[in-house]
Amino acid sequence: MALAEKIKKTLDGIRHQFPTEQALLIPALHEVQNEYGWVSIDNMKDIGEFLHLPLSKVREVASFYTMFKLEKQGQVDLQICTNISCWLNGADKLVACAKRKLHVENGETTKDGKFTLTQVECLASCGTAPALMLNEDYYENVDEALLEKIIDDATKDLAAGKVVGKSTRQEGMWL
Amino acid sequence: MMYNNEHFEPVITPNVSKPGCETIDFYIKNEDGYKALEKALKMKPAEVVDEVKKSNLRGRGGAGFPTGMKWSFMPPNPVDGQGNPKPKYLVCNADEGEPGTFKDRLIFTKTPHRMIEGMIIGGHAIGSNKGFIYVRGEWFKECRLMQKAIDDAYAKGFLGKNILGSGFNFDLVIYKGAGAYICGEETALLNSLEGKRGEPRLKPPFPAQVGAYGMPSCVNNVETFAAVPYILHKGWEKYAKMGTERSGGTRMIGVSGHVHKPGVYELPMNLSINEIIEIAGGVKGGKLKAVIPGGASAPMLKASECTVLTDYDSLAKAGTMAGSGGIIVMNDTVCIPEATYTLLKFYEHESCGQCSQCREGSHWLARMFKRILDGGGTQDDLDYIAKICGNMAGQTICAFADAVTGPALSSVRKFRSEFEELILRGGLKGINREESVSHKMGGAHV
Repeated sequence: MALAEKIKKTLDGIRHQFPTEQALLIPALHEVQNEYGWVSIDNMKDIGEFLHLPLSKVREVASFYTMFKLEKQGQVDLQICTNISCWLNGADKLVACAKRKLHVENGETTKDGKFTLTQVECLASCGTAPALMLNEDYYENVDEALLEKIIDDATKDLAAGKVVGKSTRQEGMWL
Repeated sequence: MMYNNEHFEPVITPNVSKPGCETIDFYIKNEDGYKALEKALKMKPAEVVDEVKKSNLRGRGGAGFPTGMKWSFMPPNPVDGQGNPKPKYLVCNADEGEPGTFKDRLIFTKTPHRMIEGMIIGGHAIGSNKGFIYVRGEWFKECRLMQKAIDDAYAKGFLGKNILGSGFNFDLVIYKGAGAYICGEETALLNSLEGKRGEPRLKPPFPAQVGAYGMPSCVNNVETFAAVPYILHKGWEKYAKMGTERSGGTRMIGVSGHVHKPGVYELPMNLSINEIIEIAGGVKGGKLKAVIPGGASAPMLKASECTVLTDYDSLAKAGTMAGSGGIIVMNDTVCIPEATYTLLKFYEHESCGQCSQCREGSHWLARMFKRILDGGGTQDDLDYIAKICGNMAGQTICAFADAVTGPALSSVRKFRSEFEELILRGGLKGINREESVSHKMGGAHV
């Protein structure tokens, strides 16, 4: 299997911006992560083939960065910041609330494969703490009521077959 | 509010609360947008560098290195082995990830053109025709807003070929990281920009000789670039006068934690931490206990030390640092060992794993703090923490290890009695507190 045509097209579109081919590796991994929700070894092989890089090079980069998931994730990655400013403003309560509501521990995916609960580090929204990310979208000044609503809304949207937490994504753009 | 500084005026944020402030039309119409670029392009590059030097602008990313000086390190006409000219790159560090820092995100979303203009001027000054903006991976929306701003600047002829008829070409490209704090370190950022693991490089060679893609490169922070148009437009004297003797201009200070009005404030540098806390609405939920004055890596200050001014030199004298301008305020309900552990857990996760001292040390420190919180600590641990820190700071390729020891060492030194109490009473349970955050984290980079 080769890399999906649309990913190849996106990468070819930005190729001229960078002096080396390897610079496209992180964009490629982002695209795969977005398309499949995680990066499998097969994906890595495909990327390596397309960018003329050995698998080891692809894998060492994929495993370095937190945003590339090397295991299958839920459709929605609920990432709650627990670093200092969010922690001072009650991120612990949010984590507890999410665990209660989703019946998972930190780092786990719900049985239906819909949600993964992750504790993340500083999202650079300390002034509006506590903050969380739902896939690509930020939510700030979150309290337990809002968190419950976020999860409920996402559940409804998933059931309706909508894409969740990617409200600003534009087709064909890797950013 | 009067800040007791007659020269002060906001440099970056005069209009950030107004609707539409992020658009190019607003910037041109209300903020003399791209006027500074027009002026700069009529000057010789060396003159632009000189203006910035005289303004006393210091890098706003954390280290506080004089920007004009950094620009002057760029070789004028670099050539490769065959005598062919080499390109030079200008890189903007927008990998804002220091806990407690959130000023660059404001610039990205509210006044992106100020930063773009600063970068084009910077490109002219160092003789570069290509700029990269390295943005942290979590900023999906922010990246897209910035790309829109860049597209608008191209459409108006401020970017691209023959800018404003000057014959100067400049292109700007966004590159997105993927969630690694260490990529805020400039050489790690350069590696990441090349599509590699974000591991810091040994210096020398410095980026001005061998930077991005092996070419001479100059890396500056978002806020640094955003200050440049003002300096060129209004003159270096005005900018320099606002600051202290060795550091010009204003600072974007992010106040977070236990304050009533957290947020980013653009302030003069002759304010004390206490005054800044007052501006941010005062301490909420109790009395002031401790402050981290410059992002998580800066050593903590006790409440009694908060009369210190927030310029680079005063904070350095007080044994801490101005860092990235994130002030984290903690009230007297906070258990300092637990707060410090929150930070150490972060460092444990984010150490890139290249140097043993940092890879092992950050794990050891986190584990020792955890042990103390769980009730298994001993008095010897406190001395041992100091010993580990001594083996880390200054012993590694980059300053990450120093950053880990900042909070670890200062908390033990300044709040030792709290640690001793925890050890005596058998941890958090002994002082009737459960640990509040699950301390299980995802995998580390190593």
